[in-house]
Amino acid sequence: MKYSLTEEQEMIRDLCRIVADEKIRPVAAKYDEEQTFPWDVVKAMGDADLFGIFIPEEYGGLGGGVMELCIAVEELSKACGGIALALAGTALASFPIILFGSEEQKRKYLPDIAAGKKLAAFALTEPNAGSDAAAIQTSAVRDGDCYVLNGTKQWITNAGEAEIYTVFAVTNRSKGSRGATAFLLEKGMSGFDFGKKENKLGVRASATGEIILRDCRVPKENVLGREGLGFLIAMKTFDQSRPGVAAQALGIAQGALDEAVFYARERVQFGKPISSFQGLQFMLADMATEIEAARALVYQTARAIDAGEKNIAKESAMCKVFASDVAMKVTINAVQVLGGYGYMKDYPVEKMMRDAKITQIYEGTNEIQRGIIAANLIKEYARKKK
Amino acid sequence: MQIIVCIKQVPDTTNIKINPETNTLIREGVECIVNPFDMYAIEEAIRLKERCGGKITALTMGPPQAESALREALSLGVDEAVLISNRAFAGSDTWATSFTLASAIRKIGHYDIILCGKQAIDGDTAQVGPGVAAHLNIPQITFVKKIEEVTDRSIRAERMMEEGFQILESPLPVLLTVVKEINEPRLPSLRGKMKARKADIPVWGPEDIDVGGDQIGLNGSPTYVAKIFAPERKGSGKIFRGDAEEAVDQLIHELRSGKLI
Repeated sequence: MKYSLTEEQEMIRDLCRIVADEKIRPVAAKYDEEQTFPWDVVKAMGDADLFGIFIPEEYGGLGGGVMELCIAVEELSKACGGIALALAGTALASFPIILFGSEEQKRKYLPDIAAGKKLAAFALTEPNAGSDAAAIQTSAVRDGDCYVLNGTKQWITNAGEAEIYTVFAVTNRSKGSRGATAFLLEKGMSGFDFGKKENKLGVRASATGEIILRDCRVPKENVLGREGLGFLIAMKTFDQSRPGVAAQALGIAQGALDEAVFYARERVQFGKPISSFQGLQFMLADMATEIEAARALVYQTARAIDAGEKNIAKESAMCKVFASDVAMKVTINAVQVLGGYGYMKDYPVEKMMRDAKITQIYEGTNEIQRGIIAANLIKEYARKKK
Repeated sequence: MQIIVCIKQVPDTTNIKINPETNTLIREGVECIVNPFDMYAIEEAIRLKERCGGKITALTMGPPQAESALREALSLGVDEAVLISNRAFAGSDTWATSFTLASAIRKIGHYDIILCGKQAIDGDTAQVGPGVAAHLNIPQITFVKKIEEVTDRSIRAERMMEEGFQILESPLPVLLTVVKEINEPRLPSLRGKMKARKADIPVWGPEDIDVGGDQIGLNGSPTYVAKIFAPERKGSGKIFRGDAEEAVDQLIHELRSGKLI
């Protein structure tokens, strides 16, 4: 389906397709197997200006929005959902700077991100604070011109590889969700270390690790927004970033459908290509229909955000839930279409199935998303008169 | 360093099919690409510029749609582009093409290095690059796999020959044709693509480069094409299985009965 993309958006899609075909697809299985960070590919993505897509022009970017980012993430994820995360994770950590950073912070951090020189990472989750993000234990105590941070962050995308970290810590425990603050940390600050590197089911080309803060002194200039705005910043960031996760899911799903249809046309059983069997045709038809529906929802939400729509939490959650559930279903069915071959690592669909699973879990589990959708829905109806 | 890259837009022959009845190319749906060998020439031009500074001008002769090949060159880092296009140039063979390109290069005026791909994947003649050098009366180094050294006045390059390498030194200006071993072409960047989209590409006709009449196009082309035919389709091969002795016996029997030996 045509989505009336602008000339620039088409250009982003074309370029990402080239990057995916030439730089990502040939090495996707290798990085999945080795579980190492694909710096050569990330450098190529940087050289192609992909990290500048979502950053305003005045800070060295190309001035695109959520829609442009979604197009890029979708296209890259068709080839590898894990490698695409280097971009999506950096975008997630950059949104707080773009949305709430001071002029000085934007000038200091955004140009290097846009140029692909530095990756960024978003650090909220902790061992005991996943869906219940307000339960974070990492503390920040003011000491003169600095804050002293202590605590452990877990499952942080781009950990160890990124230079810039958006870290959330409690500055005033008595204030509950109004007591958290967002900080900008840099790799190499004293007291800032990396812990365990995770061994994962999927997105294995993406670095996921632990951040350990031991009396890490962070200058007060590195506070994002102001003290106490931490949760607001996190939530507003998620509203912008969830379509990006949805786009990752969408790309993985599309990549799996592409493989499934290609295989079904080639594979001959009972003297005919298996694509001629109705049972399989119906499966492919449902996969394609659900993907198209997911794409329409993701694109429309991304466009609404870029158009300045403020109240977007519900739709943002909807597109993340829907696209990730579609990705899981489609990739499972893609493995089914390829049968025994699909189960083998010689074909890419088993990896896509493993990669798809995380999209139902991170940046708010799909259960949390449904909670957000329901809460907003009920609130909307409460305002309406019957 | 003033660098000129000559490129050609060609049908993507890796996906091309031939109509078995008419022996002609099926052109419908065939994508046009920059001749792959020219991509190495463009990349080498950009690397030379990164090393020595200067300016790169891309040049192509072709129909109006060849402009997209120039935009691709611009998106990669070429500074300027010129399209040589006019009905009068139609039907040019390698002689007329190299004469026309040489005339355009003379019009550009100052140049130190001219880069071309070793050949185009459609015609496969490998004549246009050397032809340009001949028409301009400058030295040429063909099949370059490495530029070893370049100064304001000279260049030393390694040629890839069938039985080894040859290292040649030449004064500038010089024309080089490059082989695929010379580099790995970069991908375009978004910024480059945006710049390329907006770039102004002048179109030069015969009067712009002071050529005409019997010098260009079909009239300027001494090549006579007697016949065009597609290579004969090969049938599938046959594998003789079993132990070696048995298989060899079968093979010999087959060759004898086919009167091939």
